Amino acid sequence: MADLLVSTLIQGLIYALVSFGVYITYSILDFPDLGVDGTFPLGAAVTAVLLVAGVDPWLTLPISMLVGALAGLFTGLVHVGLKVRDLLAGIITMTALFSVNLLIVGGSNLTVDRSVDTIFTSPAVMALLGGLSLSARKLVVSLVLAAAVKLLLDFYFKTKSGLLLRAVGDNPSLVTSLARDRGRMKLLGLEIANALVALGGCLVCHDTRSFSATMGTGQLVFGLAAVIIGVSLFRSYEHTGLARRLRGIRGLRFLGSPKGTTAVIVGSFLYKACIQAAMSMGLPANMMKLITAMLFLVVLVASGRKGEEIIHA
Amino acid sequence: MLELQDITKVYNAGTVTEQCLFHHFSLSVEDGQFVTIVGGNGSGKTSLLNIICGSIPIESGDVLVGGRSISRMKDYQRYASMGRVYQAPSAGTAPNLTMLENLALADNKGRPFGLRRGVDRSRVDFYRAQLQSLGLGLEDKLNVKMGALSGGQRQAVALLMATMTPLQFLILDEHTAALDPKTAEIIMALTDKVVREKHLTAMMVTHNLRHAAVYGDRILMMRQGQVVLDRAGAEKAALSMEDLLAMFNQLSLAD
Repeated sequence: MADLLVSTLIQGLIYALVSFGVYITYSILDFPDLGVDGTFPLGAAVTAVLLVAGVDPWLTLPISMLVGALAGLFTGLVHVGLKVRDLLAGIITMTALFSVNLLIVGGSNLTVDRSVDTIFTSPAVMALLGGLSLSARKLVVSLVLAAAVKLLLDFYFKTKSGLLLRAVGDNPSLVTSLARDRGRMKLLGLEIANALVALGGCLVCHDTRSFSATMGTGQLVFGLAAVIIGVSLFRSYEHTGLARRLRGIRGLRFLGSPKGTTAVIVGSFLYKACIQAAMSMGLPANMMKLITAMLFLVVLVASGRKGEEIIHA
Repeated sequence: MLELQDITKVYNAGTVTEQCLFHHFSLSVEDGQFVTIVGGNGSGKTSLLNIICGSIPIESGDVLVGGRSISRMKDYQRYASMGRVYQAPSAGTAPNLTMLENLALADNKGRPFGLRRGVDRSRVDFYRAQLQSLGLGLEDKLNVKMGALSGGQRQAVALLMATMTPLQFLILDEHTAALDPKTAEIIMALTDKVVREKHLTAMMVTHNLRHAAVYGDRILMMRQGQVVLDRAGAEKAALSMEDLLAMFNQLSLAD
């Protein structure tokens, strides 16, 4: 039971990175980016190949982020430059990346041998956390990474550039009125989002020591579900008496109006926990995507958001 | 001086619904002039503003500012010297950002949007003073999300935001049409004040003939892509709302 809890926590934290990416595109930019299903395995593919080649495991993080950002840039250029609608731009990237991933890896599967160090067994981590079990180390490292990304995003959203990015999804014509090119802001948002999704894929590869060409299927659905669960839950929470009271207390205001990124982490945990629960009740692994999709449907209907934001776009 | 030269604008070109709105249309507006524009639906008022702002493409002709063509400039580039307030109060502000964040964005127009703190704390007093001058009690709502405010409040903030940084042209697209009569008067008075104080060249499209008669120093009445009435200065001042209404009805009968 404790094992299951720890592994759910690890999964929740690692996949929170994917959800952050989806949060930026779906919630902030109002851009339903289907490219996620291709960028996620892209991050894993790059990581697997680099690890096998003997590259320092920590270097795989910035490299996969960079490659993910390029994929996001491609989606953005198709949409902004060639004026292809957002949904289709993402589909083009996703489909193209399937082949790109196969090319990078040179096959549809790649396993990283136990003799190769991942970030969880790297010398730096062993020096600090050597006394812990592998899963405890995974928990600590993914917690630190997810927290770092969350805090960086929270900081970024409060900068001038961050405000402008939020304004692009909220009211594009305002950005034009501010004499700024909204297309370029969309490119920036897609780059950041896809860098995070690829980072998620990178960490999953470190965790499972494997890449498979089909691992991207359903990642967007996962990310969307996590974002919608988290944001809906937190929205209801903000209307409770407790949250109101907390907002009234100096120093505790942040507890009364939690950040969107916090909501996303919580949503990511809950969704992974639901899926884990379903699997531990004896459902065969082949059913996982079916469960993922059906749970998403439940989330959509229950939150009353049935994805109209996606369809109108 | 703002000049539109020989503008031709066709909607739905090449289809059965093809419609030529402007046919070799020309207009020039002096610096510092406050032009009110009236006319029926489809007369080309809003299209005129959209052509100036670069929001819609034109078939031929040229738009010049101070003798230099801006036709090749993208819409967002033109906004460097222009501010615009739209009919919908939701159009001028970002609803999910707080009022403070909205004002900070507007305040930063013309400067780089980098990784500095979005809201400059030292400017908050200035924002508060600006809001106080609106007389709508908005100065206490700096941390409220824009979307939670009423239409009139949002429009007042949108006007403030559009004119916060130095600008040359103010484009007003039926900006009081969605407001209740009392709020519309407040916003209109505010608009007039800001145009005078900042010596702006303003173009205001309105369906309110009284506003068109009372405010501004030049009036244009449009019909089917043509200016059918153009009065400035004393001639404009002599026009009453009744005169305008009579002319307006005459035009409508002619259609």
